[in-house]
Amino acid sequence: MNTNLQTDDFHFDAIIIGAGGAGLRAALELAESKHQVAVISKVFPTRSHTVAAQGGINAALGNVSADNWHWHMFDTIKGSDYLGDQDAIEFMCREASEIVRELEHFGVPFSRLDSGKIYQRPFGGQSQEFGQSQATRTCAAADRTGHAILHTLYQQNLKAGTSIFSEHYALDLIKDQDGQIAGLMCLDIQTGEYRLMRAHHILIATGGAGQVYRTNTNATINTGDGLGMALRAGLPLMDMEFWQFHPTGIAGKGMLMSEGARGEGGLLRNADGEAFMERYAPKVKDLASRDVVARAISIEIRQGRGCGPNKDYIELDLTHLDADIIKKRLPGIRDLCLTFVGKDPIEHPIPIHPTCHYMMGGIPTNLHGQVITKQNGQINVVPGLYAIGEAACVSVHGANRLGGNSLLDLIVFGREAARHLNQSLKTKSPERFDPALDLAPVEQRIQKWQNSETSNNSATSTDSIRQIKQDLQQVMEQHCGVFRDRATMQQALPKLDALSQRLSQVGLQDRSNVFNTERLQAFELDNLLAIGYATLHSALAREESRGAHSRVDFPERDDQAWLKHSLYFAGSHQLDYKPVQLKPLSVESFEPKARVY
Amino acid sequence: MKFIIYRFNPETDAAPYTQTFELNSAEFTDDMMLLEALQKLKEQDPTLTFRSSCREGVCGSDGMNVNGKNRLSCITRLSELSQPITIRPLPGLPVIRDLVIDMDTFYQHYQAVEPTLEAPIKDLDHEHLQSPAERDQLDGSYECILCGCCTTSCPSFWWNPDKFLGPAALLAASRFLKDSRDQNTELRLESLDDAYKTFRCRNIQNCTSSCPKGLDPSKAIAEIKHMMLKKSL
Repeated sequence: MNTNLQTDDFHFDAIIIGAGGAGLRAALELAESKHQVAVISKVFPTRSHTVAAQGGINAALGNVSADNWHWHMFDTIKGSDYLGDQDAIEFMCREASEIVRELEHFGVPFSRLDSGKIYQRPFGGQSQEFGQSQATRTCAAADRTGHAILHTLYQQNLKAGTSIFSEHYALDLIKDQDGQIAGLMCLDIQTGEYRLMRAHHILIATGGAGQVYRTNTNATINTGDGLGMALRAGLPLMDMEFWQFHPTGIAGKGMLMSEGARGEGGLLRNADGEAFMERYAPKVKDLASRDVVARAISIEIRQGRGCGPNKDYIELDLTHLDADIIKKRLPGIRDLCLTFVGKDPIEHPIPIHPTCHYMMGGIPTNLHGQVITKQNGQINVVPGLYAIGEAACVSVHGANRLGGNSLLDLIVFGREAARHLNQSLKTKSPERFDPALDLAPVEQRIQKWQNSETSNNSATSTDSIRQIKQDLQQVMEQHCGVFRDRATMQQALPKLDALSQRLSQVGLQDRSNVFNTERLQAFELDNLLAIGYATLHSALAREESRGAHSRVDFPERDDQAWLKHSLYFAGSHQLDYKPVQLKPLSVESFEPKARVY
Repeated sequence: MKFIIYRFNPETDAAPYTQTFELNSAEFTDDMMLLEALQKLKEQDPTLTFRSSCREGVCGSDGMNVNGKNRLSCITRLSELSQPITIRPLPGLPVIRDLVIDMDTFYQHYQAVEPTLEAPIKDLDHEHLQSPAERDQLDGSYECILCGCCTTSCPSFWWNPDKFLGPAALLAASRFLKDSRDQNTELRLESLDDAYKTFRCRNIQNCTSSCPKGLDPSKAIAEIKHMMLKKSL
């Protein structure tokens, strides 16, 4: 056990936790302002999961067909099933064109049109003239847009001289004795040393938590560490019942086959060879919103029209497309398909199944990225704390995110939060680093995973972190997947309690300090389990179907009762609610309407 | 299935050693990747240490030397490998623990080529125009995932790790040399024109044969040399 827990000489103007698209965009803005900024990342920055984003980033550039940020705003609100906050959505869609051009100036190698402008492709849920015809809005670097953006942002940060603490794992937010957030405890993975850091502001950009489901497109690192930290600090998570199941993951494995595949003309077919989306979304067919397509696939399989010997998947058919289009526009998914399916999509359809992809919920913020909470019926800003990207819920995605809006969310709110933080730093208090800190809770958590040896008790000695994680993923998939109902979800609660009990008793076999991945996974599992609870409690309470939250027992959307955000607090699993912001910044509200594609 | 794996924990081991693991044939399937096998071995022995993240060959975390070749474990099919499967850390860089290496030198070389677009003044109302043919020039270099498989397979790098930039960094350099938007071509070429930085490359081509993304750093280095030659004429 390292005894340097109390060393208190790492002081920064701002600490950014996470070096994905949001964290690096924020870091870049702050590096240029010459403040002292540290970026903490549990992996080297270009390993962050933004790297896996494929299809693109939305902006109404109008390079291919006429476009307008206001149409993009409408599509995003409709896609969110009216749960998105219209002020934040207007802000994001208005910023989009400039922010994408800025990325281009930073060096992102976007694909190009013959005009020399940035290439754009059609994506699901996007329209011209407020729902009239398909829009072509998603700016793409082949099907490696996330990779192109993440590497470019890292390159810009290298030039700007950002201090990056790679392979440092953020454990917990530290409060001072007045209960204000004042710092962060992190673990240097390479040495096993715990390091206390103080900052005027902390910005959480830790990404999503798709690892809570068994089949997912997410990286192993997507364990919602920032969300766990927020819950342990007594802060709420918002809209955690809304998880996006991407329609097209490779069946049985989960790897993402970009929506760009359908944007370029790919079709979903059932066992009869029928392009069945026509029945579910007569107008836009395969380019309906992701929740709609994922449900359609699940229904086809449930009704016995799945493909293969076990009728348990659907096929994504690209075979009618020109081979050159596939090679040029979809090289990454062709590679994935060759590697994981062993077949070339130019000649064979791809077996697919919906797979957990994205967390619409997260740490609630206002549109400047400031974290907010609710105390005694009042919504308040949490001083010194920001959250951005998938970890945050601002909320621009509401109950269902449109493809191409995630990268946009990262970059727009990464920049905006950094700008706001930059302003806040103009009045920084010189006494900020004086108050005594309340280190007891984090010390207790460290002790637990530092000293937990495998016990000799035969009942618990065969258990392991990996086993508990797998069981959690299984419970979440079985009890809170694409379709939900009260009875099934209620059965999951005692199962989570049992997992929690096991997690409190399990020991670690790796006792080393240097690069102890077993201990790291234990810290991560604390977070995943907390997210499992947040998801289940929020989903049980919401007795309606909206966006990605499909209740078999409450199949209709109920705006009267449920046009509101859920707030979950970990203490005794209590829920509270927050109104949806229906008033945009400058334009008229889009009133909730039936959602048809 | 038998695995022979390099082990070293600096806290407890005076020297590295190899450990033999067995995986029951009931535990693997035809299409299983090496990473999944390693995860199963980690169930047997949780102290077995390796990096991994995306599980699909895009994050570049899990480079390792498998039966003598540098590969990414997550996109290497077990069925392609002859047995016993010998796994060692990527060669040529210090080992932190087991299969985890210290890549600082590798990252420093990347930084040394100043891999940042130097384009004319920002005008956020317009993107730079670039024709599809100009953009095609970047195919084959921008896709690099910095896994280190190429650089750590290069004997010139093993010999001069501090001075030779290595194939990954030079591939990054070529990505910016070829970008029609970049204005620093001359300066970049001048900085690379060095007996060690670039010219320690002896066309051995281990880099190209080991790139898990099918890129060709050897060709990129040859093109850099060609650009230098053209510039000096």
